[in-house]
Amino acid sequence: MNWISNYVRPRINSIFSRREVPENLWTKCPECGTMLFHRELSDNFNVCSNCDHHMAMSPRERFGALFDGGVFSEVQVPEPIADPLHFRDQKRYPDRMREARRTTGEKEAMLVAEGEMMRTPVVAACQDFSFMAGSMGMYVGNAIIAAAERAVQMRRPLVLFSAAGGARMQEGILSLMQMPRTTVAVEMLKEAGLPYIVVLTHPTTGGVTASYAMLGDLHIAEPNALICFAGPRVIEQTIREKLPEGFQRAEYLLDHGMLDRVTHRKDMKEELVTVIRMMMNMPPAIKGDLPAPEVEPEQPEPAETS
Amino acid sequence: MKNYLEFEKPLAEIEGKAEELRALARQNDEMDVEKEASALDAKAETLLKDLYADLSPWRKCQVARHPERPHCKDYIEALFTEYTPLAGDRNFADDHAVMGGLARLGDRSVVVIGHEKGHDTNTRIERNFGMARPEGYRKAVRLMDLAHRFNLPVVTLVDTPGAYPGKGAEERGQSEAIARSTQKCLEIGVPLVSVIIGEGGSGGAVAFATANRVAMLEHSIYSVISPEGCASILWKDAEKMREAAEALRLTAQDLHKLGVCDRIIKEPFGGAQRDPKAAIEAVGKAVEAILDDLSKLDGPALIKDRRQKYLDLGAQGLAA
Repeated sequence: MNWISNYVRPRINSIFSRREVPENLWTKCPECGTMLFHRELSDNFNVCSNCDHHMAMSPRERFGALFDGGVFSEVQVPEPIADPLHFRDQKRYPDRMREARRTTGEKEAMLVAEGEMMRTPVVAACQDFSFMAGSMGMYVGNAIIAAAERAVQMRRPLVLFSAAGGARMQEGILSLMQMPRTTVAVEMLKEAGLPYIVVLTHPTTGGVTASYAMLGDLHIAEPNALICFAGPRVIEQTIREKLPEGFQRAEYLLDHGMLDRVTHRKDMKEELVTVIRMMMNMPPAIKGDLPAPEVEPEQPEPAETS
Repeated sequence: MKNYLEFEKPLAEIEGKAEELRALARQNDEMDVEKEASALDAKAETLLKDLYADLSPWRKCQVARHPERPHCKDYIEALFTEYTPLAGDRNFADDHAVMGGLARLGDRSVVVIGHEKGHDTNTRIERNFGMARPEGYRKAVRLMDLAHRFNLPVVTLVDTPGAYPGKGAEERGQSEAIARSTQKCLEIGVPLVSVIIGEGGSGGAVAFATANRVAMLEHSIYSVISPEGCASILWKDAEKMREAAEALRLTAQDLHKLGVCDRIIKEPFGGAQRDPKAAIEAVGKAVEAILDDLSKLDGPALIKDRRQKYLDLGAQGLAA
């Protein structure tokens, strides 16, 4: 690596490969190679219309698709101390954070929201794999605790969408401590008798799988999501043999009893609402894409009866 | 043949020379080498003190993994009486990487659980180098339930490179087993004391060490990832483990500052491997003192104490 390959070559490349079309209009499916038009793709919840490959979805996109009329309100997450260990590898941790914030436009790797899905009130938390591989640090821990506390306070179920490469190494032991911390959050929901549903999306690995992602009342996964504790590469290095096709994928976990269901993204909302309403002894939902809930009109003061 | 760590090489040389001299004197009665030999001993002792006075994090990792360091089995045999091992997860198998059972610590009945690494090739293979499979964590869950039902304190001894990354382990739900064990730690209404006696490797350690009080031996480590693993991911070079060990803040001293470790147990000079008996005694005393302290709390208070400890953790970070 030197300045010729790092600096000169990209510049030369950029001169010769100027794009003819504006960026982001077309996305190539990483699985089957089909070119997908952006509007078609987002209408299809980022699922390839040719091969059904489930692509990544940002928390905001996901919440937009889940909540009635795409309307939700964010639940505030207490801000943890930044860079607690003054961690530095080849880059400083604060620099990595700044970079992640710039590319994602998000503050951290988890978004917590509340709103209604088919008129069913829920609290939802969604991990953002594009933000430093969704890694679980103190902020993610705080987010899950905040989500659980909000759910308990409002007597709502918590739906959590997991996606992570594991713990955030740059927070060292404090990231590891999010395993017990988030488990405390799960305990809060359990004690309050509220449903805690985990939707495992691609990929959910490491300390995240080994804590809150495997402690749900129900485990639902998206098709073909990689879900594991140790990644396939680590295992191949340990046992020195090739792993079978589909190993540690959602369908494989379903076969091995670790999941309740594997559900296509387009059916996810309805399925979540259906099970939540049964678990909470509510009548069946009015199904379909509903507009945003109307703001409850102020209740008139009950007339004084004398 | 003594086992020397890489950084102890100069020490090995001096101690070796003293030993050689003495061996020579034993064969030859007229020779008096005691003076020279004790001078070498003195030199070795100063060197040992110097080496161990300020161990770098990477050296601490090496000491924590020292093959002659007392392991879980040594602690159980020396500290507890009437130890009755209990086996099996009632589902699939018994995991030999995890020891556990009923035992007496002084006049207390307790449940003791720990990772055992083994001490020679055969036992290491039998114990899978202290890397537990799902069955190990499920056995631990069973034993913690037992402790809860019969109101017995739980003592866990942590010494593992991490949970086993194998095909069968994944098939049988390694992550779920770890998560359930951590959850069980948080749910039991009895005192739970954990001692990191060597290596506290990631999630495999958390599953046992989510305790009311976590004590660590002076040269033990507790980390989210091994320094080698961290180096190969963040530095793209596994040889950068010294830098990684530094950055991860995995020593007992740093963890004490961060509030993860509640108590540091002093080791004999030159590490627990130089005087296992003293190290084991020190751990025994610390555990008994912590259990005395916790005996003032009832079941719900213990659960609350444990939860609060983890909820509060990390609020302050390392002081600049």
